Amino acid sequence: MKADPKRVLSGNHFINGNHSATEGAIAAGCTFAAGYPITPSTEIVERIASRFPRVGGMFVQMEDEIASSICLQGGVWSGRKAMTVTSGPGMSLMMEHVGLAQITETPCVFINVQRAGPSTGLPTKTAQADMMQAKWGSHGDYEAIALSPSSPQECFDYTIDCFNLAEEYRMPVFLMSDEMTGHMTEKVVIPPADEIELVERQFYTGSDKYLPYKREANGIPLMSKAGLGHHYHITGLTHDERGYPVLTKPVQEKMMTGLMKKVGDNVDKLTRYEEFMMEDADIALVSYGISFRMAYKAMEMAREKGIKVGLLRMITCWPFPEKPIRELAQKVKSMIMVELNYGQMFLEMDRFSNKYCETDLCGSSGGEVHEPEEILTKILEAAKK
Amino acid sequence: MENREVRLGGFGGQGVILAGMILGRAKSIFEDKYATLTQDFGPEARGGAASCAVILSDDPILYPNVFNPDVLLAMSQGALDKYIDGLQKGGTLVIEEDLVKVGDIDPSIKVFACPATRFAEEIGRKIVLNIVMYGFLVAVSGLVSEEIARKGVEASIPSGTEKLNFAAFEKGYQYGIEQKEKLG
Repeated sequence: MKADPKRVLSGNHFINGNHSATEGAIAAGCTFAAGYPITPSTEIVERIASRFPRVGGMFVQMEDEIASSICLQGGVWSGRKAMTVTSGPGMSLMMEHVGLAQITETPCVFINVQRAGPSTGLPTKTAQADMMQAKWGSHGDYEAIALSPSSPQECFDYTIDCFNLAEEYRMPVFLMSDEMTGHMTEKVVIPPADEIELVERQFYTGSDKYLPYKREANGIPLMSKAGLGHHYHITGLTHDERGYPVLTKPVQEKMMTGLMKKVGDNVDKLTRYEEFMMEDADIALVSYGISFRMAYKAMEMAREKGIKVGLLRMITCWPFPEKPIRELAQKVKSMIMVELNYGQMFLEMDRFSNKYCETDLCGSSGGEVHEPEEILTKILEAAKK
Repeated sequence: MENREVRLGGFGGQGVILAGMILGRAKSIFEDKYATLTQDFGPEARGGAASCAVILSDDPILYPNVFNPDVLLAMSQGALDKYIDGLQKGGTLVIEEDLVKVGDIDPSIKVFACPATRFAEEIGRKIVLNIVMYGFLVAVSGLVSEEIARKGVEASIPSGTEKLNFAAFEKGYQYGIEQKEKLG
């Protein structure tokens, strides 16, 4: 289905990443948002509050992040596309309900405009230190989908992708933005509505009794919504196809297999990445989000010195692009992860590559983006080995 | 490849951030090249000071921070004092003549002064001082062409204010051309 022209601000804009992400959500058909403003994501809820009423949407400023992250799920079960927006401290509070969205298979989008932590940390400064939280922050096993934008343009594009993935896989999806990307202003081209492809929710239309967790051939159960006349039950407890709690190992195993396989069986389809100058590279930088831009700059600087460096940029951080990383590790002599933390995605990269090549981290405490020279120093060290 | 970096600073309310936005919009949308604008947030952006930095480039911009701009626009003494040390040797300093005093600075720096607040008052509304200053900045620095710069203004102002804003832009731009000729 195509986007609704009334909801798409087609044209060329000079706006920041947060505003751009908001326009992405509106274009994607999001009509419900609940949130509790927090720096550096506040511009998103500001724009939501201003724009939603004009495009048939509703925004609720809740009393805190815990309430926001459950409120949005109520919105989803009433049939709307919904999201919430926050930063690290708020994300920590929302973690209980990320788990709820996982087990209840509630399609929704969480935008995390990351700032440096732990705790309240540096509210106005950038970091990429919530990457592991996106995968492991709520208790229990689950798979995650997370996309990392590096520019205001990508904030628009990837927010739409997040909504599409949420609907396709019936699960929460993360946009892992950061303070720099959110606050930076650049040109954003919003295409005509008929060039924006949307995935719409699949509702149960049969005449038999509706089973909210009966998996279709593609592994995804069909949804209902309040008012369609179905009686069903949604719970955070382990449940059977009817949605009722059944607290036994066989039911747990069946439910978990379904949850894990819907992403696990589609990793290749979900994995998105870009490669640059990799043809002759013997050192590979790996990066994502805002750090990708500094890594690219450092790659150019190293190439000028005649060092054969390439770059793999992850668009999806979760599921982790295991296959391209493993293949790359067998081609190069050294891989360096560039990220604004003490080595989160590095751990993932390392476990798939250290059997084949040297691995190193160009990390950061957060607070500022990398100086390209810092990355260049790591490249030069790797080149000497 | 051309790559220019500008820092704009002043008091909150003078419209320096809007001036930066107009510049970035002009370059990226109307010249169809690249611009990245970053702002100071947090404690450093409080206490009445406002500042932003704009990178203008013919190629995609990777590194977004600006520490050593080749053009500094200072519309308050605080902005000059804070950012003058970062201005590149041989760079261009643009000041609001009645609000900023330039002390000892590197002799290679070209200084252009414009009484933008006074001009804006003469035009009729003090609020357009940033547009006067923007016109002046564009004229003395050549960051974008006059035509492109004007399109940036047109796309950034509320409808009904065109006459006032274009008069402000014109005044700043013409004064800038005069000053540039005068200073060689």
